[in-house]
Amino acid sequence: MLVIENAYKTFNPGTVNAKTALNGLNLTLREGDFVTVIGGNGAGKSTMLNAICGTWPLDSGRILIDGDDVTNMPEYQRAKYLGRVFQDPMMGTAADMEIAENLALAKRRGKHRTLKWGISKEERIEYKNLLKILDLGLEDRMSSKVGLLSGGQRQAVTLLMAASLQSPKLLLLDEHTAALDPKTAAKVLDITDKIVESNHLTTLMITHNMRDAIAHGNRLIMMHDGHVVIDVSGEEKKNLTVESLIEMFNTVSGREFSNDRTLLS
Amino acid sequence: MNFILGMLGSMPGAISQGLVWGLMAIGVYITFKILDIADLTVDGSICTGAAVCAVLTINGVPVGLSMCCAFLAGMLTGIVTGLFHTKLGIPPILSGILTQLILWSVNLKIMGKANVSVSSRTYEVLLSSMDNTWAIIILAIFGIALIVALYWFFGTEFGCSLRSTGCNLAMSRAQGINTNYTTVVGLALSNGIVALSGALLAQYQGFADINMGRGAIVIGLAAVIIGEAVFSFAKNFALRLLGVLVGGIIYYVVYQVVIYLGLDTDLLKMLSALVVGLFLGIPYLKKRYLRRPKRKGVKTNAGN
Repeated sequence: MLVIENAYKTFNPGTVNAKTALNGLNLTLREGDFVTVIGGNGAGKSTMLNAICGTWPLDSGRILIDGDDVTNMPEYQRAKYLGRVFQDPMMGTAADMEIAENLALAKRRGKHRTLKWGISKEERIEYKNLLKILDLGLEDRMSSKVGLLSGGQRQAVTLLMAASLQSPKLLLLDEHTAALDPKTAAKVLDITDKIVESNHLTTLMITHNMRDAIAHGNRLIMMHDGHVVIDVSGEEKKNLTVESLIEMFNTVSGREFSNDRTLLS
Repeated sequence: MNFILGMLGSMPGAISQGLVWGLMAIGVYITFKILDIADLTVDGSICTGAAVCAVLTINGVPVGLSMCCAFLAGMLTGIVTGLFHTKLGIPPILSGILTQLILWSVNLKIMGKANVSVSSRTYEVLLSSMDNTWAIIILAIFGIALIVALYWFFGTEFGCSLRSTGCNLAMSRAQGINTNYTTVVGLALSNGIVALSGALLAQYQGFADINMGRGAIVIGLAAVIIGEAVFSFAKNFALRLLGVLVGGIIYYVVYQVVIYLGLDTDLLKMLSALVVGLFLGIPYLKKRYLRRPKRKGVKTNAGN
């Protein structure tokens, strides 16, 4: 489904701020994989997602989605393969537009945008039913501007836009619950699980929460210094504990795992 | 009494001019409010529209066709700015300034001199300051037609993608929108409308002049700001555009009154700029000095 081959990316090359964010990254996802991604700050997790999305070109390496080589494809063209939810709840939606309008934008992802009216009557009914599933009371506020919603509500709407209106080949979640309070975060994660399961989506989910990383998905990878250092799946993953994970990391990276944010959460 | 009568007598002229600049401000609204770009191309493109319309009309082209050409020429100027911005990565404000300077030369070349007359006595034009009632009717029709057209356009699938581009670039790209393309189209549309208003202005005042666009962006912004203040209740997009049109009229009526009160006209541009500057600064000042008391139970960013 997704193949990343020998990906390299250095930011600000040749300056004192040079930072090699991807350092020979290789990763292959099978169809239906739900992979959780963990790693310290600067390990290259978000960079990997941005590379898949095409936010900037790779220095070298190749990316294939569903067999298509997308390495040189501009970001807006890759969007047809991808559903994305960002860490910042403000990033995934257009604040000045209505909930229904936002959903309608996502419904047309990867399609030609014509001069037909932006939202049809049938669509409004479809959106209403989808919003009902979220159980956040949004189905009665379809004409509200998204900017009026809370962070959690916005993330939930973004999830619908990314994964429900059109099934993406690959769903990318970049710490999408990190900016939410614990209760809302749990709710959004719950919605995520439901959507991924019912649509059988191949998913990459970055999280800084080790417990979440273990509890969700069928495979777990840990990144360090721009590549994958731990890759566990199946039974082995089910038996993971936070402690064993930290131990594995220390062995692999040859240094103490010291990321307060990861440990405390 | 004479004073007041005299002032009232100048009102029809003020309303006509206000309508022309209100139309122009609708163009500014598209870039400033929808695309979130301060586009300075307009100072040049309004003159481009006037020049194209004037030169074609005095060479015997029917005025309707001349105005269509003015609109297209305006779109072209917007495309130039858009390409500077999207293809060369130049910040939009600088892109606009570059095009503006290009247009200074281009406009002179179109007209062949600094000033071209299209008097309604000699040529068949749509409107002129000789007959303000007629001018107001024509301009109001143009204004309403434009608002209806834009209301439709920004409600379409493509129009929605343009709005989302101005609202959230990252999200728009993630939803498969070619934001470079929508930005260029938005700039083209905006400057087409500005050039069209330039064409109307040239006919109204009976000439096109190389300096007619100087400070146009400030007048346009003033109309947008006044319109938003007066129509602050309006949620509907068409009503907001109407507000901008009305904003243009209010601007010129106030302008006329101020002139009548005997203010030195040399100072008018400075005062306009200061007033616009103040109003543009209000949102910032509000945020800076009017801190709202913290609500109870505000969500914190857990985990960060």
